[in-house]
Amino acid sequence: MNVDLIPGFLFKMLTEGLPTTMALVALSVSIGFFLAVPTALLRVSHNPAVRVLPYAYIFFFRGTPLLIQIALVYYGLSTLEWIRGSEFLWPILREPFWCAIIALSLNTGAYSGEILRGAIQAIPRGEVEAARAHGMHGWLIVRRILLPRAFQIGLPAYGNEIILMVKGSALTSTITLLDITGVARNLYARYYTPMEAFVTAGVIYLVLVFLLTRLLRWVEGRLSRHLLGPPETELAQDRAS
Amino acid sequence: MGTGAVALEVRGIHKTFGQLEVLKGISLTARDGDVISILGSSGSGKSTFLRCLNLLENPDKGSIRLRGEELSLKPERGNGLVAANAKQLATFRSRMGFVFQNFNLWPHLTILENIMEAPVQVKKQPKAEVRERALALLDKVGIAAKRDFYPAHLSGGQQQRAAIARALCMEPEVILFDEPTSALDPELVSEVLGVMRALAEEGRTMLVVTHEMNFARDVSSEVIFLHQGHIEEQGPPAQIFSQPKTDRVRQFLTNHLS
Repeated sequence: MNVDLIPGFLFKMLTEGLPTTMALVALSVSIGFFLAVPTALLRVSHNPAVRVLPYAYIFFFRGTPLLIQIALVYYGLSTLEWIRGSEFLWPILREPFWCAIIALSLNTGAYSGEILRGAIQAIPRGEVEAARAHGMHGWLIVRRILLPRAFQIGLPAYGNEIILMVKGSALTSTITLLDITGVARNLYARYYTPMEAFVTAGVIYLVLVFLLTRLLRWVEGRLSRHLLGPPETELAQDRAS
Repeated sequence: MGTGAVALEVRGIHKTFGQLEVLKGISLTARDGDVISILGSSGSGKSTFLRCLNLLENPDKGSIRLRGEELSLKPERGNGLVAANAKQLATFRSRMGFVFQNFNLWPHLTILENIMEAPVQVKKQPKAEVRERALALLDKVGIAAKRDFYPAHLSGGQQQRAAIARALCMEPEVILFDEPTSALDPELVSEVLGVMRALAEEGRTMLVVTHEMNFARDVSSEVIFLHQGHIEEQGPPAQIFSQPKTDRVRQFLTNHLS
């Protein structure tokens, strides 16, 4: 392994690859979140006809490889005449970046929707009954009780999903995107130094995931204040510091 | 059996779970200031009856009137009677306080936020006004110092007192208590009963499902004894406790009064 190459590789990956990876993850996780909320709410509906739509969505995106989903959006859709002809769709779907965002968002939306559904169903029944008994109904219960509680309960699993997205975004290098992995593949091809290129990329992902884990732990701490001891006890102060 | 105006009038509540008929037509009238204790051994249907009154459980038959206004109900297949109008049901519920056996405070909100939640969100009352009322109620139930704590930081007795304050903050016309002390350690029971006694003395209209015989005897204006979905006996506590008419009630009282 030629260690002298690594600083140059690292510089290239951090300046060219990292911003793309960050943009992919940040955008698709945000969009995915907004897909997850209605997906989960429809999934817990009492009406079987309503449950079918989110079920089909989750079934497809959980049941097929992300790589295939990315390929379908980027290569597949561009073969359709009406999409190439569309003034609105084609400018978006001919860009690999937006194709990646679409595939990643739909994928994480399905997974996050399932996580959120599990969390909603894990809320003790009595808490929702108490809301009803105090005259709350419909969207008010969802907004004030159901979702805040589900986010608390589902956060550990959801954090895991975000971490999987960081690593899943590497697959977008297959549709010519120059994310961290894309840059690594280029460097490998140019210098024929697989170890140097991929070890460097691997270390960047490790650090990225490590930092994300710390951030998630902090958020979890904030969201589970209600489980810590009373504010003035030593236990609470210990855990807060 | 007070002489006040009729607050809550319930007629012929029936409820079946699968093959089991838990309630076989229960009727009851609560006048302003009444404290009605509902007694009976477990499985007699008393909690189910209380939960039918604000439709946490859907009765199969029956009618519920609050101050003369009837809750409109419609049959739903496999689900008994459901509210015909979700808005009316929500309004009914906001006028009937409900205190649960397991408190059911919202764990993500502080005690003060728990109490302010429904008046602000449901009744759309101004925050400052609700806050003032909530603080006064916390003081009244004796947990003013805990207002910024989360429910998990409180003992069961304190949580139940907070839950009572939460119900009171809605300024309900009737308060339903579903075995409010059954989930508490014995030494915490008295602090909750103390609060309930004070409410009764204020003239609040209360329906209390309970196993606390002393509370039922000393505080209620009327006692209803349920057995296998029927009202076995009904009357002023003095009569029920000293001269029960049926063997079943006599037996129950012997077992529960020590």
